[in-house]
Amino acid sequence: MAIKVIKPGLATSIQDRGRWGYYHVGIPPSGAMDQYSFLAANLLVGNDENAAVLECTYLGPELEFQQNAVVAVTGAEMSPRLNGQEMPLWTSFEVRAGDRLSFDFLKRGARTYVAVSGGIDVPIILGSRSLYGLGAFGGFEGRNLQEGDLLPIGANGSAFVERSVPQDLRIAFPELIEIRVMMGLYDYLLTEEGLKNFFETTWTLTPVADRIGFRYKGSELRFIKRKQPFGAGSDPSNIVDAAYPIGSIQVPGGLEPIILHRDAVSGGGYAMIGTVISADMDAVAQTQPNSKTRFIAVDLDQALAARQERNQRIARLREALAA
Amino acid sequence: MSENARSTARYSYGGDEQIFVQLDEEMSLQANFRAMAIAELIRQRAIPGIVDVCPANASYQVLFDPDVIHPQDLMQELQAIDNEVGDAMDFDLTTRIIEVPVYYNDPWTYETLMRFRDRHQSPETTDLEYAARINGLDSVEAFIEAHSGSPWFTSMVGFVAGLPFLFQMTPRERQLEVPKYLRPRTDTPALTIGHGGCFSCIYSVRGAGGYQMFGITPAPIFDPEQRLPDFADFMIFFNPGDIVKFRPIDREEYDEYRAQVEDGAFRFHKREVHFKLSEFLSDPDGYNRGLMEALNGN
Repeated sequence: MAIKVIKPGLATSIQDRGRWGYYHVGIPPSGAMDQYSFLAANLLVGNDENAAVLECTYLGPELEFQQNAVVAVTGAEMSPRLNGQEMPLWTSFEVRAGDRLSFDFLKRGARTYVAVSGGIDVPIILGSRSLYGLGAFGGFEGRNLQEGDLLPIGANGSAFVERSVPQDLRIAFPELIEIRVMMGLYDYLLTEEGLKNFFETTWTLTPVADRIGFRYKGSELRFIKRKQPFGAGSDPSNIVDAAYPIGSIQVPGGLEPIILHRDAVSGGGYAMIGTVISADMDAVAQTQPNSKTRFIAVDLDQALAARQERNQRIARLREALAA
Repeated sequence: MSENARSTARYSYGGDEQIFVQLDEEMSLQANFRAMAIAELIRQRAIPGIVDVCPANASYQVLFDPDVIHPQDLMQELQAIDNEVGDAMDFDLTTRIIEVPVYYNDPWTYETLMRFRDRHQSPETTDLEYAARINGLDSVEAFIEAHSGSPWFTSMVGFVAGLPFLFQMTPRERQLEVPKYLRPRTDTPALTIGHGGCFSCIYSVRGAGGYQMFGITPAPIFDPEQRLPDFADFMIFFNPGDIVKFRPIDREEYDEYRAQVEDGAFRFHKREVHFKLSEFLSDPDGYNRGLMEALNGN
């Protein structure tokens, strides 16, 4: 029994918590880009926290269920419709064999998560079911969903329980997001003015925003002109190729900053000037092209406090959705 | 040199889940070898909370879970390990020497480079002709000889899954250097032998790229389906520290190897070797001859 893909949506993939431990050979973690919404979706349908779900970007799929199941939709505001009838977000509901699930146009956010009781049961590769697109493995046959795919569903022991995420534990979509960044890495290569511009500019997300990275425009960030070290490229923004931290921000040619996300290229020759803190990576994932972002500098203690706050919020989510 | 090398190390947090250490601004085998030795020692220590250790050309990074180990504590441990490793001159690396057959000047990279001439410094010549000229060599043949004549050290694996960065094991004055394309291509055939700056690489998958293209290898280096015997344990062939020797082949041999790949029978020719930086640096040419004997002897 399975789910049949009637329409695939724009870029729908299978994701879980991710594949850790292989970044040293170029395989990034992958996994749901908004981990909080991903977790909420699984908790709503009574799944294991790491069960695989669908991540739907900008435009949702249309799915036909070939078995009964419990479903929950979280993340970006893209209202689900069951056989045409609008269903609530952040709330579990039952589907019957033969039902069709479709989605309204995206209102706010960028990525919607669809959990199905039992989880999407594609093969586990290197500890994860997540798609890694550049490597063409994981997920459903190493690619985004296509029309006609039959998605296998795992064994589903638990009965339907109606669960809903309380309003204060759902995610917000501010007009202007503030992303906290720990500076460091190669930030000493920026001019003083470049560094100042980074924080004073209101950045606009360009359409180049996908699972690999998010590219922004807004101002120029100049690098100090220097004699380039042996092995580094000729542009002042070049370094000897290094490993890229997940969430790190690079500025090729000083022009458009790029935040690397969960399908990051693992290394390269562009200077990274700082790294988005772990607590804010979900928020980056929910931004749309043309949305506005500002960067805020924080230190290690502030980053750890933000992480603690996020962990506490997750603990409250677990408590609210406990069976 | 060792004290100086260590004093240039620059420690930095990459957010709250990563520590990034730049060992040197410049590329050198010494800096790379320090990264390898430090990464190896970190792995041996099995420090709780460490998620991944990524040695790179002249730097490394550690991914960790700050809920398990405090970033400041980990930073201190890394600095202690750095001191312990020192200049890594006598670190004994157990690694492999691997022969990689290369069909230089092949029709597929030629077709691709012709499509992107408008992004190249020298649109009227091929990548190989350009590389030969700016390295002061009088022919493409001479360049191929220089490229395949000495081994290369896998100084980093990454960018995309399984792509090795290769650093030539010759004194700096003999290292081949070629700038990247002016603007990156949107296409590179899988298994292209590329070169940018002082690094060669093997593109593991088809995709964008900015390195000059010299040829193609018939041998897969990334096999997610793990069909070939070299991939029985893992889908990626190269590890940091692997030593590569290119061997020029012609179309006929290329086709033979491709047939072996199709049949699922292809295996790289390779041997286990021990590598010591101090021994290499004292006599690079003699050391490389020894590596070749290890590769080709019985």
